[in-house]
Amino acid sequence: MEIYIVLKILWWILLGILFMGLAIMVGMDMGVGTILRYVGRTDTERRVALNIIGPHWDGNQVWFILGGGAIFAAWPTIYATAFSGLYVVMLLLLWTMIIRPVGFEYRSKMPSPGWRNTWDWALFVGSFVPMLVFGAAIGNTLQGFPYHFEWNMTSVYTGSFIYLFNPFAILAGLLSVSMAIYMGAAMLMNRAEGAMYTRSKKLLTLFGVLALVLFTIGGIWVANMKGYVLHNADALADTGPLHHTGTVDVVKGGWLTNYSRLPVLWLLPLLTYISVILGIIVARKDKSHFAWWLGALGWIGILGTVGAAMFPFMMPSSTNAAQSLTVWNASSSEHTLIWMTGWTIVFVPIVLTYTSWAFWVMRGKVKAEEIESDDHAY
Amino acid sequence: MQVPSDLVVELSRAQFAATALYHFLFVPLTLGLSFILAAMETVYVTTGKQIYKDMTRFWGKLFAINFALGVATGLTMEFEFGTNWSFYSHYVGDVFGAPLAIEGLMAFFMESTFVGLMLFGWDRLSKGMHLAITFLVALGSNLSALWILIANGFMQDPKGAVFNPLTQRMELTNFFNLIFSHDAQAKFVHTSIAGYVTAAVFVVAVSAWYLHKRRHVEMARRSLRIGALFGVFSVIGVITLGDALGFVDGSAQPTKLAAMEGMWTTEKAPAPLKLLAFPSDKQQRNVGPVVEIPKFGGILITHSLTKTLPGIKELEQEAVVRIKNGIPGLLALKRYQQNPTDLNALATVKAHQDDLGYAMLLMRYSPDLTKATPAQIMQAARDTIPPVWAVFWSFRLMIALAFLMLIYMIAMATYSLRGQCMAQNFLLRISPWMIPVPFLACELGWLTAELGRQPWSVYGRLPTWISASTHSGSYMVFSLIGFTLIYLIFIVVEMFLMVRAIRQGPDEPHSGSTSPHGVNPNARFAHPALLPKE
Repeated sequence: MEIYIVLKILWWILLGILFMGLAIMVGMDMGVGTILRYVGRTDTERRVALNIIGPHWDGNQVWFILGGGAIFAAWPTIYATAFSGLYVVMLLLLWTMIIRPVGFEYRSKMPSPGWRNTWDWALFVGSFVPMLVFGAAIGNTLQGFPYHFEWNMTSVYTGSFIYLFNPFAILAGLLSVSMAIYMGAAMLMNRAEGAMYTRSKKLLTLFGVLALVLFTIGGIWVANMKGYVLHNADALADTGPLHHTGTVDVVKGGWLTNYSRLPVLWLLPLLTYISVILGIIVARKDKSHFAWWLGALGWIGILGTVGAAMFPFMMPSSTNAAQSLTVWNASSSEHTLIWMTGWTIVFVPIVLTYTSWAFWVMRGKVKAEEIESDDHAY
Repeated sequence: MQVPSDLVVELSRAQFAATALYHFLFVPLTLGLSFILAAMETVYVTTGKQIYKDMTRFWGKLFAINFALGVATGLTMEFEFGTNWSFYSHYVGDVFGAPLAIEGLMAFFMESTFVGLMLFGWDRLSKGMHLAITFLVALGSNLSALWILIANGFMQDPKGAVFNPLTQRMELTNFFNLIFSHDAQAKFVHTSIAGYVTAAVFVVAVSAWYLHKRRHVEMARRSLRIGALFGVFSVIGVITLGDALGFVDGSAQPTKLAAMEGMWTTEKAPAPLKLLAFPSDKQQRNVGPVVEIPKFGGILITHSLTKTLPGIKELEQEAVVRIKNGIPGLLALKRYQQNPTDLNALATVKAHQDDLGYAMLLMRYSPDLTKATPAQIMQAARDTIPPVWAVFWSFRLMIALAFLMLIYMIAMATYSLRGQCMAQNFLLRISPWMIPVPFLACELGWLTAELGRQPWSVYGRLPTWISASTHSGSYMVFSLIGFTLIYLIFIVVEMFLMVRAIRQGPDEPHSGSTSPHGVNPNARFAHPALLPKE
């Protein structure tokens, strides 16, 4: 196979891994933020929750930023088309997301309950909304976006942003929030004690079950919605959405085409079911670390399921299906992909190593007394 | 064909300028303070003196307050090219995206992961380990700046890429040319050192305020000395590297340079240096008095006696030629896009491809290039000159502030080394007023660089106006209002917490015989080093 095609597929997989990293790591922090007010009833309890993710949220958030950078570098056409088309939603995502760092850092700097309460709500909004939008974006991608290109590659988006909050997108958004809460609850179980531990355990079960229910409904929905199928594409000759090869069909159940061609892909949704069910069971037996890892596998299953259904589509166009952005026509040049692959091979293992090490250094239960005596704690 | 409206272009520019300048209120302090923290902690680890640990933790607290907003505002920037500059993102994403991605992977991950350990890991890490972490935070934030400025360097002087007529974008051809672009390298050093200056002024001025109030004297005295020494070298560095950057600009961006120097006409080499002038963009000349040093400008910019620097009017004429040369290229590009087997069209595109961007400038006035009038071409050529008045004065004001800081730092360092700081009442009293100076200088530097780059988003290749997304004006108004509101709240909260943390001051040192809370303030003055020398 041509090296350029291999690189395109590799970068599609890497983008998937990045999304998984984002969902797992950022999602966990977002989950903690979402349930902060429920799990932590007193100020001290909330501070315990914040200090559990305190040393890590910043590093985790880089998954999101790197996501932006990697799409820019490897899939520039998607970066240009998606983020401008989804303008209002992107701003909603960014504005709520940037409340978080400020909330973490500033909340406990003042003793007044009003101040802290305000920031707790800000943290809720800054955690719940981004996860909702993240899921909804994936839900909308499955349905296609109304955009096309002019002759000079100016992308023109013709839809209204209200449409982006359609029922299927909301469902996908709630699935993403549920998984985030599962992961956040698992993290809190790992490192909190007493009442907070019990409350987190309850939430983990509840939202684990909810996630599976939503995943199931979503699956049935996708099987019955219009999906995109690409025929006779020439993976190498596709040099952009204006010079696409092959034809695109939009048919009901089209997203299941890959699954009928390659039945082994059904293992991906199965992975989600097994991991999350098992995760709930082990969490009830107080093996929360294990439950966290199983939740991560659950995320991998969910995003893997979507990716497998859509391949090679990355961003289907609902108004000009032939111009849909695919793995073949939306990537950067071979030269750029080669360089980016080199950097990735060198740095991803290093990043994973020091991230794990950072978690290992900060391991163990976070105690209320420690926080109250530490002037620098969140 | 759909193009962004003038209103959308102007609002997009305003939004980018506002969010980027705002982001850069927090970046310089992070760049410099991280190294000052590392320096303080190094002294702590090597001498074992508790006071240096307390210093590190106190300045670390201020670092964290500032860092949070740097992260928050940087996050939106990572996506702003896509949201607001869609055509730009497609046109140069193949090149420009790479340094941004590498920044995340190599630098920002490191900085962000270790900053958590730096702030939370004091009791969980050995002294040496914690020091290493602090250094990694400093290294990470500075590497971050490196990659971002490599990306910016490409916008100033596009190196290492060629235009691909089929995909209609610039594609990377030589990664080394991209990262070792002279503009990127000079700018990285100039910008990061500007960050060191900012942090040094911040540390020195806050410490001076404590000394003036006779509070936390032990810590303030030491912080001031570290800050002042760091500051003297940094200010000298920033001025030197600024000169290098000007030298680079001189060859790569003649229009920016002409605007910086207010050179409407080409002057005989070596050109004079205008200290003061009043450029009028409308009349295209300097109105009112001009104060200049003969010959000095040419020497400073070209580092030679014989090289002439083209004036604005000459540059406009060159632009006319390039616009005319670009027209057939852009027309051929359209033909080639409609029929990729048309090799004649491809050959025409290739022959004219260096000037395609110039033809795009003309498209703003004449969407149908075949019907362009000489007047429209002249209008587009005039556009190639950045706003002279604004660039000229931003640049001069930045330099004036740099020299002000140089004097301040030399004074502070001298008195600190002689142990006479406490006696310099005037200097101590004015010190808080020095805090905004480096921030202002940084912002003026960016104004010079980015206003001076206009009308291009990628110099000579891609005009700013066509780079914007094809949004409706209402979207832009919505986002501008949203950003303004959120960012206003943020800055108010940040300043409030920063001032509060400074007023509260560092935790009392745990050292010595006195109890931490019952220190007799007068006892501190007995320290011989603090007494003014005769």
